[in-house]
Amino acid sequence: MSERRSFIRPYGDRLNDGAVQLSFSLPMSLSARSREAAKSIAGRLGLDQIRLVSALDLGNGFSFYILYGTTMVEIDDQAIHLTEVERPLLDFWRINQLLEFELKKRVTVVGATIGTDAHTVGLDAILNAKGFGGESGLERYPQFRVVNLGAQVPPDEVLEAAREQRADVVLVSQVVTQRNAHLENLSLLAEMLEAEGIRQDLLLICGGPYIDSQVALEVGFDAAFGPGTTPLAVASLIVEELLRKAQ
Amino acid sequence: MRLPISSEQVRHCRKLAASIAQEVKAEISPLSTVSVERSLLRLVGIEGSNQESVPLVNCFIDQITGQRALEDGALYWLSNTILATGESPQGIAERVGAGSLDLVRLPRQPRRAIEDLCRQIVQDALVTLFGKQRQRREMEESLARAPSPWLYVIVATGNIYDDIEQAKAAAEQGADAVAVIRSTAQSLLDYVPEGITTEGFGGTFATGANYRLMRGALDEVSRRSNRYVRQVNYCSGLCMAEIAALGVLEGLDILVNDALYGILFRDLNMIRTMVDQHFSRYLLGLFDTIIVTGEDNLIKTIDAYEEYSIVLVSQFINEQLAKNAGMREERIGLGHAAELDPALQDSFLKELVQAQLVRQLFPRSPVKFMPPTRYKSGNIFFAHALDTLFNLVSVWTDQAIVLLGMPTEAIHTPYLQDRYLSLESALHVRRAAGSLGRELRFLPNGQGAARARQLLAKTEESLTRISEDGLWNSLASGAFSAIRRTRKGGRGYDGVFRKGQFYQNPFLSREIVRRARRETAAT
Repeated sequence: MSERRSFIRPYGDRLNDGAVQLSFSLPMSLSARSREAAKSIAGRLGLDQIRLVSALDLGNGFSFYILYGTTMVEIDDQAIHLTEVERPLLDFWRINQLLEFELKKRVTVVGATIGTDAHTVGLDAILNAKGFGGESGLERYPQFRVVNLGAQVPPDEVLEAAREQRADVVLVSQVVTQRNAHLENLSLLAEMLEAEGIRQDLLLICGGPYIDSQVALEVGFDAAFGPGTTPLAVASLIVEELLRKAQ
Repeated sequence: MRLPISSEQVRHCRKLAASIAQEVKAEISPLSTVSVERSLLRLVGIEGSNQESVPLVNCFIDQITGQRALEDGALYWLSNTILATGESPQGIAERVGAGSLDLVRLPRQPRRAIEDLCRQIVQDALVTLFGKQRQRREMEESLARAPSPWLYVIVATGNIYDDIEQAKAAAEQGADAVAVIRSTAQSLLDYVPEGITTEGFGGTFATGANYRLMRGALDEVSRRSNRYVRQVNYCSGLCMAEIAALGVLEGLDILVNDALYGILFRDLNMIRTMVDQHFSRYLLGLFDTIIVTGEDNLIKTIDAYEEYSIVLVSQFINEQLAKNAGMREERIGLGHAAELDPALQDSFLKELVQAQLVRQLFPRSPVKFMPPTRYKSGNIFFAHALDTLFNLVSVWTDQAIVLLGMPTEAIHTPYLQDRYLSLESALHVRRAAGSLGRELRFLPNGQGAARARQLLAKTEESLTRISEDGLWNSLASGAFSAIRRTRKGGRGYDGVFRKGQFYQNPFLSREIVRRARRETAAT
C-alpha cells in the first residue's frame, strides 16, 4: 500500500475489515455447552461476527476451538510508541573499517549463556563464523576477537573472563526464560560487573527469543536483542555504541 | 526402497567402532562411580530421604566416601552392616541418614559371609524385578499391538499432576509413547530428588515417585484404550546409572541414554560418563528396556549437510558401547535427525536419503527419528508444514520411534492443542503413506545413491581416525561437532574410583542373574 494511513485495523481481505483468527483449548469435553463457552470467550474478548469454524474433542475432558471474528479496535499509527529503536544496519566492510580507522582497535567480545541455560543456538548464531540467516558471525570479522564461553557459565566466570580477556563487549544469550529464571541471572551479572568496577568499561548486551528489552535495560543492560536477530544487527550496534562512548 | 551401499564398507565401520568401544571397556572395567553405587542401593530397595531432604542413598555413599572407604563399594558395606547389626537395608540407610550409624566403624565381618549375603540380596532383588517385568510384558501382550512407527510426544509442565492430564489426553489422541521432559539441568545434579514434585523449570524432575504416578496413569489409559502406551524418561547426566535403576524399578519402557551427550553438551567428565553409561545400559539390557540415543543433538551447532556423517559415526560407537554392556540390537534405539535448512534445494530428498541410510545401516535397531527444531520460528503455520514433511520422511523410511515436532517448538513447551495438531498430522501421514517405501525406489545412479555413498565413505574415514586416536583423544581434539573435552575435565570426575579388593557387585554375575531368572520362572 503506498498510501499512508493513520488508523490501522487487522486486515483479512478488505481494508478495515478487522478480521482476527483465534484458537484455544478448554478444559471441557466437546458439547453444545463447550461450543457456546468458546464463542462467549471470543465475545468477551471484544470480537464481533464470531464464527466457530472448528471444534474438536481432545480427549481426557479437553476440547479445541478455531474461531474467526472481527474487531472494531483501531490503532493510531502516529501514536505508536517504540521501546526498541530501529537502527540502520551497517555492512561487513563498513563495520571493520570503522573499528580499524575510527575506533582504532580490535574489539574483544566475550559471549556465554549463563546459569543453567544449555541452549547455545542463539549465541552461536551470532558469534560462530558460520553465522545465521546468510550472514557471517562475529568470528569472521577481522576486527572482532571472539571468546565464546559456551553454555551454562556461572555469572562469576563470565566476570572473570571479561576481566582476563579485557573484554570490550559482554554478550549473554538466554533462551530459558520460564518463571523468569533469566532475569535473576541477568541482573546478577550486571550487579557483579558493577561491584567489580568494570561495568563502565564494557558494553553489556543480552539476547534471546523471549527477552523483554525494556526489562533488560532496567536490570542494567545497554541493549537487548529479540528473536531473528542477525550478526550484522549486533555488530552494527557494537560499533555505534563503542564509537559513541569513545567520543 | 534401498540405497545401493557397500555391505563390505558397513562391516568395516562396525569393526572400527567395536575396536573403539573395546578400548573404552578395558579402561573402565576396574572403575566404578558414586552414581553406580547409589544405583545398587536403590536396586536392593533403599528409598526416601533424610530430614534435610538428602536422598538416603546419597547419605550412605557420602558417609563411606568421607571415611575413605568408597573403594569397597556400597554393597560390601551394606552387607557388612547387616551382618553386624541384623538390621534391614532400609533401616540401616535411615540410621545413616539420621547420622546415628557409622558404617565404617563397625567390625569387619568375614569376607566369605559378606560375599554370600551380597549375592543373596542381589538375587532377591533380581527376582522381584524380573517378576515385575514379567507382569508388565503380560499386560502389554494382552493389549492390541501398536502400529509402526510409534508416535512419541513429550509433556513438560513442571508439575507431575498437570503432566499426567496432558499425557492421558495425548494417549487418547493416539500417542504410543509419552516422555516427561526433565527440569532444566537436572542432568547436572549428582543426586536424584525424592518424592512427588510440582515445580520445575522447562520440565518436571525425574523422581521415583513421579515415575510411579505417571506409570499408573498410562497403565489406566492403556487398559481403557486397549493400546499399550509406553513411558519414557531421560538417563543422560551425572545420575545415568541411578535413573536407569529407577526406570527398572518403576517399569519404564524407554530411556534416553546416550554415551556421548553428557560429555559433549553438558560438560560431564568422559571417564565418569563412560562408567555410568556402561552400568546403566547393562541394567537396562538385563530388563530388556529400550534405550534411545541423542545423535540429533550433534547437528544442531554445525553445518548439518556438510557434516552430517558425525551422526552415523556416533551411532556406530553408541551401538558398540551398548552391545559391550550386553544389550541386544533390538533394544538399542539409535537416535538421529535429518533436519536441513529449508532454503536448501532438494532439502526433502536429502533428508529422505539420510533417514533411509540410518534405517539401512541399523536394520534391527528401533531407530528414533527426531523432528525439525533449528529452522522453526514463531511462524507456527510453516512449522506445521515442516513437521508434516518430517512425518512423511519418518513413515516412508520406516523409522521405529518418531518424536513428533510441534508447531510451537520455537515458542514454548507444547500446549495441549499443539500436541493434538501434531498427532493429527502424524496419524494422517501414517495412514496415508504407510506403503510408500515398498512401492518406490531410488534411482541406482541418482542423487540419493551418490549422497549415501559419500556419507558412508566419510563415516568410514572418521571412524578410522577415531580408532587410531582412541575415543578419549578424539573427544579432546574436537572430532565431535567441534566440541573439545579433556580426560579429567568436566563435571563428576571426583565421583570416579578404582574398585578395591573387597568390592562387590553381584548384579554383574551371570550366575546370579541365571539363578534369579530360574527362581522367577518357577514362581
